[in-house]
Amino acid sequence: MKKDGDTMKQKLIAENVDVFYGEKQAINNISLGINENTITALIGPSGCGKSTFLRCLNRMNDVIDTCKISGKILMDNTDIYGTEVDPVELRAKVGMVFQKPNPFPKSIFENIAYGPRIHGLASNNSELKDIVLSSLEKAGLIDEVKDRLDDQATGLSGGQQQRICIARAIAVSPEVILMDEPCSALDPIATAKIEELMNELSQSYTIVIVTHSMQQAARVSKKTAFFHLGDLIEYNDTDKIFTQPENEKTQDYITGRFG
Amino acid sequence: MFTLPLSFVFVILVGVSLFFFYFSKKSIVQKSAQIGQRSKTLSTYYGQNAFLWSFIPSCLILILISLAGPNYVDQIFFARVQELNPKFNDSFISLILSKVINVANGKIGTDDQKILTLANEYKIATEKLYFYRGLVVILCASMLGLLVSYLQKPKTNARDKVETFIINLFFISAVIAILTTASIILSLLFEALKFFNLYNFFEFLFGLHWAPNVAIRTDQVASDGSFGMIPVLAGTLLVSFIAMCVAIPVGLYSAIYLAEFAAPKIRDYIKPTLEILAGIPTVVYGYFAALTAAPFFRDVGGSIGLSVSSESALAAGAVMGIMIIPFISSLSDDVIRAVPQSLRDGSMGLGATKAETIYRVILPAALPGLVGAVLLAVSRAIGETMIVVMAAGLSAKLTANPLDSVTTVTVQIVSLLTGDTEFDDIKTLSAFGLGLALFFFTLILNVIALTVSRRLSERYE
Amino acid sequence: MDINRKNFTRSRKRVETRLKFYGLTSICFSLLMLATLLISIGLNGYTALQQAYFKISIPVDASEFTSEDGNILKNKINLYDWDGTVNRSFNKLFPEVKSRDDRKKLFSIISSNSGYDFKEIVKKRSLDKGKTVLTVWLSLSDDADQYLKGRLSKDIPEKDRRISNQEIKWVDSLVERKIAQLKFNKTFFTAADSREPESAGILGAVVGSALTLTITILFALPLAVMASIYLEYFAKPGKVTDFIEVNINNLAAVPSIVFGLLGLSVFLSTFGLPRSAPLVGGLVLGLMTLPTIIIATRASIRSIPPSIREAALGLGASKMQAAMHHVLPLATPGILTGTIIGMAQALGETAPLLMIGMVAFIIDVPSSFTSSATAMPVQIFMWSDSAERAFYERSSLAILFLVGFLIIMNLIAVVLRKKFEKRW
Repeated sequence: MKKDGDTMKQKLIAENVDVFYGEKQAINNISLGINENTITALIGPSGCGKSTFLRCLNRMNDVIDTCKISGKILMDNTDIYGTEVDPVELRAKVGMVFQKPNPFPKSIFENIAYGPRIHGLASNNSELKDIVLSSLEKAGLIDEVKDRLDDQATGLSGGQQQRICIARAIAVSPEVILMDEPCSALDPIATAKIEELMNELSQSYTIVIVTHSMQQAARVSKKTAFFHLGDLIEYNDTDKIFTQPENEKTQDYITGRFG
Repeated sequence: MFTLPLSFVFVILVGVSLFFFYFSKKSIVQKSAQIGQRSKTLSTYYGQNAFLWSFIPSCLILILISLAGPNYVDQIFFARVQELNPKFNDSFISLILSKVINVANGKIGTDDQKILTLANEYKIATEKLYFYRGLVVILCASMLGLLVSYLQKPKTNARDKVETFIINLFFISAVIAILTTASIILSLLFEALKFFNLYNFFEFLFGLHWAPNVAIRTDQVASDGSFGMIPVLAGTLLVSFIAMCVAIPVGLYSAIYLAEFAAPKIRDYIKPTLEILAGIPTVVYGYFAALTAAPFFRDVGGSIGLSVSSESALAAGAVMGIMIIPFISSLSDDVIRAVPQSLRDGSMGLGATKAETIYRVILPAALPGLVGAVLLAVSRAIGETMIVVMAAGLSAKLTANPLDSVTTVTVQIVSLLTGDTEFDDIKTLSAFGLGLALFFFTLILNVIALTVSRRLSERYE
Repeated sequence: MDINRKNFTRSRKRVETRLKFYGLTSICFSLLMLATLLISIGLNGYTALQQAYFKISIPVDASEFTSEDGNILKNKINLYDWDGTVNRSFNKLFPEVKSRDDRKKLFSIISSNSGYDFKEIVKKRSLDKGKTVLTVWLSLSDDADQYLKGRLSKDIPEKDRRISNQEIKWVDSLVERKIAQLKFNKTFFTAADSREPESAGILGAVVGSALTLTITILFALPLAVMASIYLEYFAKPGKVTDFIEVNINNLAAVPSIVFGLLGLSVFLSTFGLPRSAPLVGGLVLGLMTLPTIIIATRASIRSIPPSIREAALGLGASKMQAAMHHVLPLATPGILTGTIIGMAQALGETAPLLMIGMVAFIIDVPSSFTSSATAMPVQIFMWSDSAERAFYERSSLAILFLVGFLIIMNLIAVVLRKKFEKRW
């Protein structure tokens, strides 16, 4: 399904990935490559396995005891499920932003500083402060919060909280950022801001986003993958998917006939 | 030789471990600077790893020696005293030994030369023990700390090592629950078996006569006291039954009112007030039963021509019932409120009154939970000690008359084990027999109660 | 037909009224019992705040027990005839009492510890050399004290009364002369146990309880927190974990006296730890409260939304870091609440302490974790078992303090829970 002539470097490559929750198979034999420094959207109806697949990419599924994964996921040509890979280090390289904004009930500064602290990215307080400020800047939040870094992050608006979470992910200097329906709990204005932010971030980060909104996928992503009942139905350039999908199911879904 | 007291050794141990914390942290920074490579995890984890390895094992050794050491020294000197005169019996030797120890600690003086010599040796032996304890602990801490610091390389995943260590520590903590249960069962069983060696098991279980007053002579034949637990058990059940007669109706109706009728505001005040009843220590209820309730029942009984014992089962049972009311009401309240609103709505929507809804829908739905609550309450009543120790009698009678005085399992355990009893005396051992019976009785009730109420919560999840 | 229908409806309504009535009655009954309990104990106990004292002037010859430079000589002061000194002076207040028997009766209205009390007063004062006369207040005996508080009525026939007519006359005479009166009972708060009610206090028991609870909390809290984190985050579901859970739930319902038996046979006879020591008491109570704290801690950990933990994990924190940096601090109020409730339970517990010998009669305030001690509830138990009326009122007063303290602990727990109850 890879498009020929695609000359961009592939950051992540999934090969024959199966995921089981206990007896139930959530994902069937999915293979897919994700380009570096682009936004890839995963779309599909609820329960299609898109979130599950996303969580495989930074091994967040490891936290669930009943979850079993087979197949390979290569990041820069190393299998992230290999025995020598520490999931903790992997997650520092592959950051994640969740559906509902989940800032820690601490100050804004502490929220952003947490990641650099545990990974030892700053050797002193002024370095740490630099990281925090530059992350906030990259997340486009700096003007809104620079005077109240010591305020509780939970006191911000939903959209600001979500951008705090993005800034928090950036602060660890990841290579890939996974976003699991990052705008589903936000109003349209906040959503627009986040989308704008994603566009800017895609210059230097590989972004994978799961979304329910096809308009969003169309607006922000370069490539789109359509999932259905645990299968990858179609994967192609976003323009192609939305204008001339190859598969009938994709056609039905994007025209709103089901989902 | 100078003494090394426990607190001193502990402080040194903490100091040594802290030293290795900083030492390892520093040395990993140097090592990684030398090879020009960042250490795999934060330097503090290398320090923590060294600290844990230096501190925890040595700390365990310290506790172990402190627990077992003095015992060991005492045993040696027990033998030494025995050497003085082989005719001494064990309890006399213990007496002399405690005198020796007291003299050694400077608590009392003596003129007896033999005791003085022994006391002196005892003192030296103890000091020696303390010295070696300190030496072993500090050496162990230093060597392990040094070893771990030496072995750590920048590519060692120290965070992983620290976490594995701590998770194992956590696991051991969780296992303490199993160990506690196991040691309860083993210790009760062990002592009870000694008792059944001296006394027939079936006579204990089915005997109708309880009179543990064995004469104090040591050459006494065991069969002179009789240990049939039926009357004691009957007394326990009688008192518990009376308690339940008070607690079940009052507790259940309170819970129904609180859960279904009371305005939220009133509920907010009444619930904590009832919880005060639950928080009052049982010794206070015992005091109340013995000094207020029992004379009250006796006087009321006397005025209508009934003879009520001043240690009547009624007084003890009634006060125990009051104690258990909040237990039943709060458990039942939770259970009733756990019944889903949809059931209520369904019934009310058909035109049922609130009372009909409660009697025909909510209570049947909550029944397993309510049964569980009552069973837990019964188990509580059976195991309750202070009220009956203070307000019920000592003599075991096989009677169902609530106005009479009866005894209970817990009363007998307390009366057999308080005071200076010999550990291997048949009376003492019989208390463990009763304890074993009590444990199994309540265990069965608890297991049934927990299983029954878990069914309920699964049904509505 | 319509009338029937109405009657039927009315009778259905009546069932409801009746149910409400039963419920209200039950609650009122419980509240009434709580009130009866507290009021009866309060009425019994408040008088113990006072104690009958008498004023007396006693000559002492300080040269007999002080050295040349005015220091008190330890061995000499103990040999001085304090009892005799006090008794002789007291006799002077009633010169008409001469015979040996009468004098013995006379001395029975003052505390038999008067000599000792006087010695302690003398020790604290700096005395001039040679003979001086000291005017001091000393305790009357417990029977005289109860008589002055009106608890021993003259209407009871003399032979059933603990205080004779003659003794009453003497006490009355002291009161008339204004040298006997009820004063604040300081001894109750500054002394340990005693055979004589007038010299008995709760300090020994309070310190004993404090030492015991220190061990309990040091033992139970870390273990409970570690076990809870393990069970919530690290335990793999399986037989071992299930078995641990079943054990914890069961232990919470095991009768407390069984823990006492465990302490007796494991800590005392196997490990040979000292009898009556707060160390052993604390360990036994610690094992007993462990399940309570574990259950509260787990509930509190579970109430922290998983999104917080996911956020930490998503940033590359390890499971342990997520638990220690984020979940545990947020769960602290809940853990504290559970701990306070567990400690309140341990503070009120008596039965297991009886098993390990903390029921001994101990006249010294305990000084270490291994010295013989008793605890508040055990002290209450021992005093209410004594024959003297004066011990009853002390027992009641001790109960008031204990229950008051427990209620405060529980209130703190409730307030804490309310304050930190976060809706996520």
